[in-house]
Amino acid sequence: MTTWDPSQPILEIENLSISFFTRLREIPAVMDFSAKVMAGESMGLVGESGCGKSTVALAVMRDLGKNGRIVAGSIKFKGRDLVTMDDEDLRQIRGSEIAMIYQEPMASLNPAMKIGAQLAEVPMIHQNMAKDEAWALARQIVTDVRLPDPDRILNAYPHQLSGGQQQRIVIAMALMSKPALLILDEPTTALDVTVEAGIVDLVKALGEKYGTSMLFISHNLGLIMDVCDRLCVMYSGEAVETGDVVQVFDKMRHPYTQALFRSIPLPGADKNARPLISIPGNFPLPHERPEGCNFGPRCDYFEAGRCNAGAILMDAIPGDDRHASRCLKWKEIDWNAPPAARIAKPKSPIGKVVLKMEELKKYYALSSGAFGGGAKKVVKANETLSFEAREGETLAIVGESGCGKSTFAKVLMGLETATSGSIMLFDENIQSTPIQKRNIDTVSSVQMVFQNPFDTLNPSMTVGRQVIRALEVFRYGTSDQAREDRMLELLDLVKLPRAFADRMPRQLSGGQKQRVGIARAFAGGAKVVVADEPVSALDVSVQAAVTDLLMDIQRENKTTLLFISHDLSIVRYLSDRVLVMYLGHVVETGTTDQVFQPPYHPYTEALLSAVPIADTKVIRKRIVLEGDIPSAVNPPPGCPFQTRCRWKSQVPGGLCDREMPPMRTLEGGHQIKCHLSADVLAGMEPVIKSAAE
Amino acid sequence: MLIFVLRRLGVMALTALVLTFVVFYLTNLPPNLEKLARSEGSVRMTDESVAAWIEQNGHGGSVFGRYAQWLGVVPGWTYTDEKAVTRGRCIAQGDDPALAATYCGVFQGYWGQSTVFKQPVLSELGGKLAATGWLMLAVMLVMVPVSLVIGVLAGMREGSRTDRVLSTFSIASTATPEYVSGVILVALLASPMTGLSPLLNQWGVIEGKILFQGTATSAMDDITFWNFTLPVMTIALYGIGYIARMTRASMTEVMTQQYIRTARLKGVRFRDVVMKHALRNALIAPFTVIMLQFPWLLNGVVVAETLFNYKGFGWTLVTAAGNNDIEMLLGCSVVAVFVVLVTQLISDIGYVFLNPRIRLS
Repeated sequence: MTTWDPSQPILEIENLSISFFTRLREIPAVMDFSAKVMAGESMGLVGESGCGKSTVALAVMRDLGKNGRIVAGSIKFKGRDLVTMDDEDLRQIRGSEIAMIYQEPMASLNPAMKIGAQLAEVPMIHQNMAKDEAWALARQIVTDVRLPDPDRILNAYPHQLSGGQQQRIVIAMALMSKPALLILDEPTTALDVTVEAGIVDLVKALGEKYGTSMLFISHNLGLIMDVCDRLCVMYSGEAVETGDVVQVFDKMRHPYTQALFRSIPLPGADKNARPLISIPGNFPLPHERPEGCNFGPRCDYFEAGRCNAGAILMDAIPGDDRHASRCLKWKEIDWNAPPAARIAKPKSPIGKVVLKMEELKKYYALSSGAFGGGAKKVVKANETLSFEAREGETLAIVGESGCGKSTFAKVLMGLETATSGSIMLFDENIQSTPIQKRNIDTVSSVQMVFQNPFDTLNPSMTVGRQVIRALEVFRYGTSDQAREDRMLELLDLVKLPRAFADRMPRQLSGGQKQRVGIARAFAGGAKVVVADEPVSALDVSVQAAVTDLLMDIQRENKTTLLFISHDLSIVRYLSDRVLVMYLGHVVETGTTDQVFQPPYHPYTEALLSAVPIADTKVIRKRIVLEGDIPSAVNPPPGCPFQTRCRWKSQVPGGLCDREMPPMRTLEGGHQIKCHLSADVLAGMEPVIKSAAE
Repeated sequence: MLIFVLRRLGVMALTALVLTFVVFYLTNLPPNLEKLARSEGSVRMTDESVAAWIEQNGHGGSVFGRYAQWLGVVPGWTYTDEKAVTRGRCIAQGDDPALAATYCGVFQGYWGQSTVFKQPVLSELGGKLAATGWLMLAVMLVMVPVSLVIGVLAGMREGSRTDRVLSTFSIASTATPEYVSGVILVALLASPMTGLSPLLNQWGVIEGKILFQGTATSAMDDITFWNFTLPVMTIALYGIGYIARMTRASMTEVMTQQYIRTARLKGVRFRDVVMKHALRNALIAPFTVIMLQFPWLLNGVVVAETLFNYKGFGWTLVTAAGNNDIEMLLGCSVVAVFVVLVTQLISDIGYVFLNPRIRLS
């Protein structure tokens, strides 16, 4: 360790190849991967699921499990090769020199151990620190990761903390022995955007404070831009492009990087200004990779006989700082050419009111205590929700977890009944009718597309059978033949080959499964479709295709789409009107343009500023919300957002603490639930600005 | 917490009531009573005199009435015969009927008279239960630590050689019924003719003819290593395999959890990963299984006690059942029901303390 020279890379990976060995065959997970991380530098690894980015991280930790093996190459950490290191030396490095932060904080913390004990363990192992000293250090680091009330937290069990707090604890655990290299494996994927913004800020600040190098793994390009200095784009086990973040973002030199950028929506643009372009085809399975360029079959610039001739090596791009691309044709492609123009589809006219909610309330009574005793508490999941949705309209419902958007969907679907208020579907009040008692017409006209396509299809029924089953339930058609024909039509509608009818769900990719979910929802000619985060479980390149499909079907059928999402970029892209929810309340509603431009509700402003944007030409104001979302069991008095609002001081007389703000209507039907005066609202600046302005 | 325990106790009382009634009804079926009459009275009784005997000894009337008498909520039966001698449930032989209590049932502490042992059920059962208690204690002391160690060792590295060997042993031991393993143990260790004993005797390792004693009757008065090992081993072997399999399954699952990876990548030694991080989480599931072993042991001792002639609860149960000793059988069932319900209550409470996620806030 003493021989290491700080000007040398902290981590140097050279021509690394990793394979997993099954009984059938060897499955190469990572091929010929090279990367260098200098001291104090942060390196981003981007790619879709299955591209091998997490495998690289685990290989650095030498924790590939029983089946995984490094088959070639070297991983040098401070000049020592980790690949050939013995277990005892490796154990010394793990946790003290290299630390890791994981995707799911809840699963990564031991449920039966106190937080303090889990933190203090690190210095006790590596520095033989006494227990008291280690706990004192743990207390200090907990303060460092900006957690309130460190003493209470040290004595808590993981399940007593919120997701954001848990992730801060995982970060604290990684920092306990001031490691030289920090590996972050999708550290914020499981968290809400405003919480994510806080964590990202923290990671950046701590990285600077301790001079830690970072290997940051994410599928989110915007996040990589926020955190990293350099990045490496991976596709199907290979690094396809690497370089400085700004250089790669502005001057991408690999078709996959370009396609990836074109398939993600940006909150600064809508569907007309910047249409999404999905990447055609599917991600190749590890044992079905094509000859030559892995991206070849999905690439617009593919040239048969050249791109699929043989192995392609990384080619340095002259003039740039360590910028390289694994593309044979990068010199020939005109990178500035605009994407092929798409036929603009006319917006379907917005018709009469289909769904109307008035003063909807949903309270849950819950009992506390493990043995069912204790006082009854009331969770106010939805408070006075009122809105209308019209035919052919896309209404987006935005908010973080716990804001009541899923409860609202359940009430609308009839899985729960509302505490008070009314839901009018056409002219019928369906508010207090549970789904068992609704007639088939109502059930088939209000349908849902679920968040996770992996769990919502019956794994032991063919795709066709599941759609036919839905048709049977809706009493569609008079014969099996009629239903079968309709099922095939539905597969056409969601652009799946008819042959898929005989397939089992496990033979389908995530995007294909979600298409089946959409076909099922539209089986009975649904008038209102509730899409609950329909694309958040999918990879970015598939998201665009599924989103477009939903909108196409909506246009044809004049369906009312209620799009529940936490992703403001996609909401901006596809919705006509937006409803922002916080703690059971609607805090802002208006057309998409109204909501995405000032004046904002302070919460909308924070939400917008928290979205990472993968565009170097955009300047975004950073507003990081302090603290967590208050519990719905015990909401704050007055305005629900007052505990985290940065504008609170602008309202005179402590009104926010005492009174629930009224819903105020601004020009054009834009509604905001806030005490701020008209002047202050009018003086708000846009959160997202183009740098050119 | 208190409310929960009280509610559970209420449910337990109700369950006990229902279960004892079922046993009461089954043991008091007419053919049983007929058999009782013939064994207590005379084998050569006519059918008429059998009916009269049943009527005159408090076994007539509705089954509910007799159950209530047994419980002690209605007055016990009395019968005055032609010689003006009054007999009754609450009147012991030779006592003055006028001084006897009106109510005498389980609630008053009177569990009836055993027809086989010619003793009050309660005192007889008390002594037998104490004997079985010692046996169960010894079994638990052997079974729980051994099985947990085996389960944890096997589960911490799934698929390793240690795992395969220990799993094979667990499956074999749990697949061998007690009446088989008991006989094998006796043949192997407690016979002067076969097994190890003659060899050891020949080599001069042991003085006597046998290593362990094949009967545990002497353990009634004085428990020693030599007379108690075989019955304990016979019962424990079966349970060891079972609990070890449960512990292994729980342990292998815990070892694949992400927080175990976190611990490993913190640089925790493998031994500490197992002891500090995995063990407590892995014990949550086997704890319930171990508590379930108590009622099982109560029945499991039947075979072992009969085999080794150890006069405990199981032996009493077998004798009572074989000799149509109705009051004794009822007493045994009350004890069994009680043990099952109490261990379940302990199991539920202990579970909460082991698993912080469902602990009281």
